[in-house]
Amino acid sequence: MMAMKTSDEQFKERVEKNLNDSFMRGAISAAQARFQTRRQARVEELGNWEEWRAHGEEIRKHVLENLDAYLYELSENVEKRGGHVFFAKTKEEASDYIKNIATQKQAKKIVKSKSMVTEEINLNAELEEIGCKVVETDLAEFILQLNDHEPPSHIIVPSLHKNRRQIREIFAKAGYDKSEQPEEMALFARKTLRQEYLTADIGITGCNFAIAESGTVTLVTNEGNADLVSALPKTQIVVMGMERIVPTFEEMEVLVSLLTRSSVGQRLTSYVTLLTGPKGEYETDGPEEFHLVIVDNGRSKILGSEFQPILQCIRCAACVNVCPVYRHVGGHTYGSIYSGPIGAVLSPLLGGYEDFKELPYASSLCGACTEVCPVKIPLHQLLHLHRQKIVEQEGKAPISERLIMKAFGLGASSSPLFNVAAKVASPIMSPFARDDKITSGPGPLKAWTEVRDFPAPNKESFRHWMKQRQKGEKS
Amino acid sequence: MKVSLFVTCLVDMFQGNVGKATVELLERLGCEIDFPTSQVCCGQPAYNSGYVVESKGSMKNMIKAFEHAEYVVTPSGSCAYMFKEYPHIFKGDPEWEQKAQCLADKTFELTDFIVNVLKIENVGARLKGKATYHTSCHMTRLLGVKDAPIRLLKNVEGLEYVELLGKERCCGFGGTFSVKMGNISGEMVDEKVRNIEETGADILVGADAGCLMNIGGRISRTGKPIRVMHIAEVLNSR
Repeated sequence: MMAMKTSDEQFKERVEKNLNDSFMRGAISAAQARFQTRRQARVEELGNWEEWRAHGEEIRKHVLENLDAYLYELSENVEKRGGHVFFAKTKEEASDYIKNIATQKQAKKIVKSKSMVTEEINLNAELEEIGCKVVETDLAEFILQLNDHEPPSHIIVPSLHKNRRQIREIFAKAGYDKSEQPEEMALFARKTLRQEYLTADIGITGCNFAIAESGTVTLVTNEGNADLVSALPKTQIVVMGMERIVPTFEEMEVLVSLLTRSSVGQRLTSYVTLLTGPKGEYETDGPEEFHLVIVDNGRSKILGSEFQPILQCIRCAACVNVCPVYRHVGGHTYGSIYSGPIGAVLSPLLGGYEDFKELPYASSLCGACTEVCPVKIPLHQLLHLHRQKIVEQEGKAPISERLIMKAFGLGASSSPLFNVAAKVASPIMSPFARDDKITSGPGPLKAWTEVRDFPAPNKESFRHWMKQRQKGEKS
Repeated sequence: MKVSLFVTCLVDMFQGNVGKATVELLERLGCEIDFPTSQVCCGQPAYNSGYVVESKGSMKNMIKAFEHAEYVVTPSGSCAYMFKEYPHIFKGDPEWEQKAQCLADKTFELTDFIVNVLKIENVGARLKGKATYHTSCHMTRLLGVKDAPIRLLKNVEGLEYVELLGKERCCGFGGTFSVKMGNISGEMVDEKVRNIEETGADILVGADAGCLMNIGGRISRTGKPIRVMHIAEVLNSR
């Protein structure tokens, strides 16, 4: 079971389980510190980061406003270069198209580079069902695949939650018997994977940005695996979310820079690969056949809605790397392949409120995500917008909460009612209070008082003091 | 200068001392305090939970309560920011949008008001101790008040200021988040308190009652010898 949803457990159970995983939490806080420091350095050296962000936002907004025209231009140019383009309305259409190619080619083995959208359309499981062996070649994805197809916990570093000892244990399943030294383990992965590239029938990659003016696909990697995936097998399939387009090479350059600086704090990644169609007449390597699968899967419903800014996302995970909630609960708590603030906004939109209704509440609305986003997506505002939809349109909020909020609406709209509440608060709470604090509260206060004290209401409200004071001044 | 005090519901009910300190401090700095008694709550708890309809009544009440004010000053960055949001919330509403804008324009968080309107950076406060400061998310990121509280704190006689590690990270309050996601919020505040302890400070200063209630509640539970003070109380110490 993959696709968007990665767990059948209840949200609360996932939170509980992951909060108790002290190793995972240690790994994440260390990684967040690393990412934040590196990102900060790469952002500051530019000297005008806010201008870069504004430019990034402008590019993404422009593309979304003109998406139909750019999709047309892109597909025309891919076809001009001898590639095939397929628009998939749903995830089923996308995976069916790819399965058809695999069947036609009688493909036994398929190598893949990292791609979130292929996870979204459940591609690996679908291909395995028709008898293909699918090999993930991104190191982190390779690790997770060996570990019984464990879902990713981070959109850039899918195995962020694993340490080297755990990775060594996972590698042992594939016959690894050496130390937990990263170099030795990397060598093992390299040797294993090299053989897979050479014997694969199809290579599947994702797409960071498709360039409309030339039909070129941009791949941003650090391991170079996408180059081998796209250069060695005879057939290449690129899968992309329909919004991942830039007009020209110029905008691609801006966005790649925003992406690599924001995500891993690099000026550029080791590889930025540009691929245009199948192998040309005078080229020595590259695929003989090239397919571009453009996936909608709910995106066109977001387009034109109040949630449209989420389509600006360039999947850098900067928001994940600063999120104080993600920091403690980790990626798997979200129950979606998309975790952190971006996941909390995107998952309910693509996968529905039924499975993901808790995610918009897994935020203190601290705004760290919005502040760090390189294309200025107002993430915390979109989380708030989800809450509003859940309450007002979906009717998915608990009844007790509705009643409390109704009462709040009344009480906070008129001072006489509030005065009464303020007056009775102290005597009502007094049975729970000791030394001016409440250590074990009733109702909604229970969750609070599990870990912290709650102040007992003032015996004299401020407004009463103020009134007396003003009287005293007058007399 | 006449200042209308927006004391916030949390201070009104739970932290009266912060309200008193704010009044005394502003008076000492030459302001005349007006306290519109019809004020209640800015509506943020319901609004942030998604109950926009329910929260609008309290917002209209606040707009009316402060209609006459010249300056509205509040000892809370988060509640000040909520007032700043009113024009967006009432956008397109012929009766309320303009009024909401008026309120937003004349609203100031306390330290911002002292430094940028009164143009005072040394309020003549004296307090002995080593203090660290928690930067509240809404005040820092959304309202954009970053330097004012630090400048004021650094000018308090006898007070040593130490920076808090991970100061930009949320303490886990987040209004209803702290009860709705109580265990996650609990882990967040636990880490915050550990970071505060690591500074060796004996006073934690903040400028938002919500964050202070959260952090203070955890400090109280763990029995750490750290005094929790609102910045108004620090600046009113003599």
